[in-house]
Amino acid sequence: MSLEKKYPKEVKQLLAKYPPEHKRSAVMPLLYLAQREEGYITREAMQDIARILEITETEVASIVGFYTLYHDKKEGKYRMQVCTDLPCALRGADEFLDNLCANLGIKVGETTEDGLVTLESVMCLAACDRAPMFQTQGPRRHQVSRVHDRGPHHGIGRGVEEE
Amino acid sequence: MTHILLRHRDIPDINTLNVYKKNGGFAAFKKAVTKMKPAEVTEVVKNSGLRGRGGAGFPTGMKWAFIDKNNWPHYVVANADESEPGTFKDREIMEGNPFQFLEGVAIASYAIGANAAYVYLRGEFWELAAFLDEKIAEMEEAGYLGEDLFGTDYSLKIYTHLGAGAYICGEETALLESLEGKRGQPRVRPPFPPSYGLYGKPTIVNNVETLTNVPLILANGADWYKSMGTVDSAGVKIFSLSGRVRKPGNYELPFGTTFRQLIYEYGMGIQEGRPVKAIMPAGASSSLIAVDDKVLDTPMDYAAVRTLGADLGSASVIVLDDTVSMDWVVNKTIHFFKHESCGKCTTCREGNYWMRNLTERIHSGKGTGADVDLLLNVAKQMQGKCLCALGEFSTMAVVTGIERFPQDFKQAVRSNS
Ligand SMILES: Cc1cc2nc3c(=O)[nH]c(=O)nc-3n(C[C@H](O)[C@H](O)[C@H](O)COP(=O)(O)O)c2cc1C
Ligand code: FES
Repeated sequence: MSLEKKYPKEVKQLLAKYPPEHKRSAVMPLLYLAQREEGYITREAMQDIARILEITETEVASIVGFYTLYHDKKEGKYRMQVCTDLPCALRGADEFLDNLCANLGIKVGETTEDGLVTLESVMCLAACDRAPMFQTQGPRRHQVSRVHDRGPHHGIGRGVEEE
Repeated sequence: MTHILLRHRDIPDINTLNVYKKNGGFAAFKKAVTKMKPAEVTEVVKNSGLRGRGGAGFPTGMKWAFIDKNNWPHYVVANADESEPGTFKDREIMEGNPFQFLEGVAIASYAIGANAAYVYLRGEFWELAAFLDEKIAEMEEAGYLGEDLFGTDYSLKIYTHLGAGAYICGEETALLESLEGKRGQPRVRPPFPPSYGLYGKPTIVNNVETLTNVPLILANGADWYKSMGTVDSAGVKIFSLSGRVRKPGNYELPFGTTFRQLIYEYGMGIQEGRPVKAIMPAGASSSLIAVDDKVLDTPMDYAAVRTLGADLGSASVIVLDDTVSMDWVVNKTIHFFKHESCGKCTTCREGNYWMRNLTERIHSGKGTGADVDLLLNVAKQMQGKCLCALGEFSTMAVVTGIERFPQDFKQAVRSNS
C-alpha cells in the first residue's frame, strides 16, 4: 500500500507544516513515517515520497544516504546505540560496549541471530552527564524507545525482549 | 542561587502551562505584542548584552537588527540540534522549562516580524519533539499562538522539525539546507541568514539557550540582566560539565565563575581525588588547555578563556585528569570529526581522512615521531581553508594536543622512534 493510503492523516499533517511551494521540506518527516513500522525505508516508499513531493527518487535516496538515522535495509528489530564519544569514553563507555558485545555474542554493526538486536556505536547523544549513555530504538514508536541511565552490564538482551 | 533558565529546578511543574503562567509566563510576550514596537524589543535585547549561546557568542540584539526589512516573509529558526560532544543543556531546558523557550521563540519572531518559526531538533530528540508539539498545541489552545494574538493583527505559528543524525546540521546554513529538505551541507557565506536564510528569505537562527533568556530580559529589563556576569559576557550561562569529575551535570552560573569553582564546588572535584590535567571548554571542538593554578582561577567568560588559547564556545566543559593521555583524546575527537565531516569541501573531507589514519596509528602504538609531525602538519595546513567551522574545529585538539602535551605523543610512539 502506498504511503498516502496507509497514513493519509499523517501525510497531510506533515505537509501542512511547510509552505505549499516548499513542500520538499517534508522529505525528512515523511522518511521517518516510512520507517516507522519496519525500521527501514523500502524502494517503494522512496518512490511514494518522490511522487508526493514532486522530486526525483534519486533525490530522496540521496537524503536517505546522507543522514545516519535513515536505514535502507532490514536489520535487528531493536537498535542498541551505545555512545562511545569522548565524554562517555572518559567514564567507561568503551569497556561497557565490550561487555555488551560479549553478552550479545556479536560485534558492533552486527545483528543477533534471532534478528532482535543490532548493536551500534554512536556519537554523543547529548546526555553525557549520564555516561556511559546508550539508548534503544525500536519499532513501536517511530524512533528511539527509551533512554537508559547507567544500564546494567548484563541481561540487556533479555530486557529488550521483554519490552 | 535561583535559576533564570533551569527554573524547573526551583519551581515544580513549570513545564505545565498553568504553573508557567502563574510564574509570570507569557507576560513578556503579551507586553511585546501589545505595547512595544518590534524595534523596541530588539533594542532591549541589544542593551542586555545577550550573546549567542550556540558557540560563537555573537550579540543577539545586533543579529536581530540585521534582518533585511526589504524582503519578506521572515523566519525564526531555533537551533536545537545540540550535537557537540559534551553539550547537553538544550535538552534539559526543553524538557524542564519548555514554555520559557517557546516564549523566547515567540518574542524573537515578533521582534523580526516573522509569522512562522521552526524548531530544528536533532533526530535523537524525537520524543522531545513530540513533547514540544504538545506544548505548542496547548499554547495555541490558550491563545498564545495562532491568529490575531492578544487582539492585535499579529499571527504566529511554531513548528518542530527533526533532523536525522548529522552533526553538521548544527551549523546554521547546513541546518537551513536540511530544513529545506536537502542534504545538510553548509552554504557559502556571505550572504548570511539575516538576509538570505530559509527558502532564501531573511531568517534569524538562534540557539535554544539564547532564546530562553529572552522572556526574562524583557520582563526584568536589560539592566537587570547586565547586572549579572561580566562586562564582556553579560548574564548567566549553563555550563555542561562532563568527563572525570565526581558530579557531571548542567550548572547555570553567572559568567565569570572560575573553572575551579565549577569543577570543585559544583562538580565535587575529580574522581579518586586525582589532579586535573587538561580542560576542553567547548566540547570536542575545543583547544586543549593545559591546567595549572592560573587556569583554574580564570573566570569563565568569552574574553578570559581566549587568553588561555581556547574558546568558551558552548561552554561544554570536558575535564581530563592525569590518567588520560592526549593521543587517546585526539584519536577520539578525530574519530568524531571524520565521521561527521559532510564531504562538501575537500580540505575537511581529505584532511580528516588523513588525520584519522595518523591518530589511529599513533594511538595503537604503531606510529613514529614522523607520524606525529605529519599529523601536526596536516592539521595546520587545514586551518583557514575549510568551507565551514567544522573543519577548523577538527584541528583544534590535534594542534593544541601535540603542542601543549608533547610528552604524551612521545610516549605513544616511543617503541618505534
Ligand atoms: C559544525 C558546527 C556545529 C554547530 N552546532 C550547533 C548546535 O548544535 N547548536 C547550536 O545552537 N549552534 C551550533 N552551531 C552554531 C550555529 O552555526 C549558529 O552560530 C548558532 O546556532 C547561532 O545561534 P546563537 O547566536 O544563538 O548562538 C554550530 C556551528 C558549527 C560550525
Ligand atoms: S558523549 Fe555520550 S552522551 Fe555525550
